Amino acid sequence: MTPGPGSMNGNGNGGSFGRFWAMTVKEFIQMTRDRITLATMVMLPIMQLFLFGFAINTTPHNLPTAVLMRENSDVGRSILAALKNTDFFEVRSVITRAEDMDALLQSGEALFVIEIPDGFERSLRRGDSPSLLVAADATDPVAASSALGALSGIISTALENDREVAFTEPVKPAFQIVQHRRYNPAGSSTLNIVPGLLGTILTMTLLIFTALSVTREVERGTMENLLSMPIKPLEIMLGKIAPYVLIGLIQALVIIGVGILVFRVPILGDPVSLAAATSLFVVTNLSIGYTFSTIAANQLQAMQMAMMFFLPNILLSGFMFPFAGMPDWAQWIGEALPLTHYIRIVRAVMLKGASIETLAYDTLALAGLMAVAMLIAVRRFRRTLD
Amino acid sequence: MTAETYEVDARETVIDVHHLTKSFGGRKVVDDVSMSVKKGRIHGFLGPNGSGKTTTIRMLCGLLTPDSGDGTCLGFDILTESDRIRRRVGYMTQKFSLYQDLSIRENLEFVARVYGLSDPRGKASAAIERLGLKGREKQLAGELSGGWKQRLALGACILPEPALLLLDEPTAGVDPKARRDFWNEIHALAADGLSVLVSTHYMDEAERCHEIAYIAYGKLLAEGTVDEVIAGTGLVTFTVSGPDVHHLQTELENRPGIDMIAPFGTSLHVAGRDAAALEQAVAPYREKPGLKWEKGEPTLEDAFIDLMRRSEDNFK
Repeated sequence: MTPGPGSMNGNGNGGSFGRFWAMTVKEFIQMTRDRITLATMVMLPIMQLFLFGFAINTTPHNLPTAVLMRENSDVGRSILAALKNTDFFEVRSVITRAEDMDALLQSGEALFVIEIPDGFERSLRRGDSPSLLVAADATDPVAASSALGALSGIISTALENDREVAFTEPVKPAFQIVQHRRYNPAGSSTLNIVPGLLGTILTMTLLIFTALSVTREVERGTMENLLSMPIKPLEIMLGKIAPYVLIGLIQALVIIGVGILVFRVPILGDPVSLAAATSLFVVTNLSIGYTFSTIAANQLQAMQMAMMFFLPNILLSGFMFPFAGMPDWAQWIGEALPLTHYIRIVRAVMLKGASIETLAYDTLALAGLMAVAMLIAVRRFRRTLD
Repeated sequence: MTAETYEVDARETVIDVHHLTKSFGGRKVVDDVSMSVKKGRIHGFLGPNGSGKTTTIRMLCGLLTPDSGDGTCLGFDILTESDRIRRRVGYMTQKFSLYQDLSIRENLEFVARVYGLSDPRGKASAAIERLGLKGREKQLAGELSGGWKQRLALGACILPEPALLLLDEPTAGVDPKARRDFWNEIHALAADGLSVLVSTHYMDEAERCHEIAYIAYGKLLAEGTVDEVIAGTGLVTFTVSGPDVHHLQTELENRPGIDMIAPFGTSLHVAGRDAAALEQAVAPYREKPGLKWEKGEPTLEDAFIDLMRRSEDNFK
């Protein structure tokens, strides 16, 4: 079973290992022959990382805002100045007619319209606790809610500083909440996204590589020859997966490297845990892609199946939206997706300093998904052309 | 592969299958085919396109499971021991099915490794030398011409030293010189004790086989040596040559007593199974000026065309 001296040769009569090795060598050569795919494999992760890493930010800035001034008062001008001073809101226009408000929101010229009602200053000075109306375009709830959260803080600060207004002593709240943002004190979305991207990019590229592997042989007519040879489904599968494990690990290395150097993402936990989990995740995805390949009739079908699988991985894994916010049934689907478990592991290891032992559930889940995929693939693989 | 290890024994049967039947989508592609091939023999497998040759060959090497029927290949059960058959049979597919994006050497080394041969590199080198491809071993298989692809495919087939070769139209689209070289190689291999089942459309190739089997519409219609197959049709043949045989063909067609009529260049083969009826049918034309009538032996092609006609009639 040993590869023997000059192991690239394999060592004749290698039995099962020899056949696996034959397949691996063949797949590896074919992979290197396909220059464009190879270049894509390296460039894709870097490109996506830069795009997503720099582009995605769940804390919005410079939201287009309009202020509807029903009265011309000092308080109104204070609020306006305060809004202009933050980079949350960008006051694009100051309007006086209510009709304009709807038009601005509908056309998207403003995402927020803040109405300072007539007699606001007077009510305020009387201590009537008047209302300020904020109309927000809440089609994007994430953007709207975080900005709305910030708004009340901005306005009360503005009014406190206005000495003429703040003649009444601010009432002290009954208790105070002290926030402690752990693991990501600055609340940077990049820190959360980069580890998630590691999993997403690996899922996308690896699924496709193996999803094409069996159907390609069928379409090119080489499958008939392969099936007439004494090689077993398990040997074919492992031989086809092996070269891409290497590619997957290189991709992971590139992404983590860029994450550390460019996005300053730390690895607080044990790098060995990270490497082990990543290897497991790479093999799991390759097995799932390979399973698709044994089910699909051609490369196009295999691609479509990979995409069908990729979408819920992105949406339900907690990469894009908070996992805990999903209904139970969606969480159950999420639990069946490898990306969910990997993202938990990676975020925990990189940002929280966890080690793989504390993440036994997610690690076992990944291993389980891998085993199921491989089992289906080996059973699905047809040794005949029937 | 020496004469000692593969002693030619005419009584030993390498393929022995009975009543093989296979349907695709409700259509019987192979219908009750029984066949036997003896060791060290070249067995030609003939029949029109879509007659079930490829399907039969695939059933023999375990690539297809017959709906019914059974038998052995190299003594192993085709239904239950296909793994052992795979190891000992070299199957050359109709379409080139080595890896086009691998080089000649890489393809051969892959085959050597899959079959678990010792020293795959050395085995590949020897094969490259034998094929006369030395110096071109780094060329991609996809870049080879049709003739060289076919030689490489055969080289890959015999690399693991199989006991039986199944060749599915190996010379389709190959030039005459390459075809001749190919057949010389096949005969050399058979002389060493290798058994060969080869499907073909070419009559000259059929005549180079020790035995032939003719299949049409999934049914095996004739089997035996070339002479046996011709004799089996019971045809009596006239060869007519002259300036306007085409015109004669339309006149003779459908006359009772004439079972087969086919033009061969400037001459016409007119054949019938009943000698007396045939004589009677052609009698009015025998004395026509310009026509030269000769009573001849039916050729293998005559026999096949007749077999095909008859099977067509059965399916109408």
